[in-house]
Amino acid sequence: MLEILDTPFDPSAALQQFTARASGSGAIVSFTGLVRAGAESDTVTRLHLQAYSPMTERGIQAAITRAEDQWDLTAITVMHRIGNMAPDEPIVFVAAASPHRRAAFEAVDFMMDYLKTQAIFWKKETRISGDRWIEPRAEDYNDANRWDGATKEKAL
Amino acid sequence: MATLLFLGRLADSLGQTEQSCDLPPNIRTSTHLRAWLDERHDLNGVLLEPTVRVAINDEIISDPAPLSNTDVIAFLPPVGGG
Repeated sequence: MLEILDTPFDPSAALQQFTARASGSGAIVSFTGLVRAGAESDTVTRLHLQAYSPMTERGIQAAITRAEDQWDLTAITVMHRIGNMAPDEPIVFVAAASPHRRAAFEAVDFMMDYLKTQAIFWKKETRISGDRWIEPRAEDYNDANRWDGATKEKAL
Repeated sequence: MATLLFLGRLADSLGQTEQSCDLPPNIRTSTHLRAWLDERHDLNGVLLEPTVRVAINDEIISDPAPLSNTDVIAFLPPVGGG
């Protein structure tokens, strides 16, 4: 399931709903990403997230399908904010359920790497010092590359 | 008329998010369009960066891709959410 939201959401309510939907699974893993305020000397006052529909939705949906093919999941959900957010507001919520824990951990980890580096979003931070567009760090790309091997191993 | 969309930081570089224009007859591919727009808007190569990708009618393409004067052509700088 995928939701792109332009208003704030409550990750604990999202987890509760997901838990109800995943009833009977042995394991649920969830991740919530929050807007970071950053250094006190130059704190972030606003984060703006832009998407490009329908490419954004189509890409995330394809990544969800890839996760479902790769791991034994009973349910998976992605919620992602767009629009303007304040520090400490949730940006993203990903949850996966599976019969055993490993599949759920890995599926959430994979989805987050996809969202950080390949999902069609653009982020702009507003700080005291001005506005800045944020692009993925080298670390984010390295994290995302880990899954290419995992897919190949499975294909072999 | 073709529709050109500038996403993310490219909207700041261009000073606009969208423009409609008739593609001149010599602008037949995505590669031509990148160079033509870059020069027209004095962008110093911003639209020529290989990390800036082009989507035609919501599909990411590889340069050079053929264009038609009714396409929606989006310029996408490096992406990332979460």
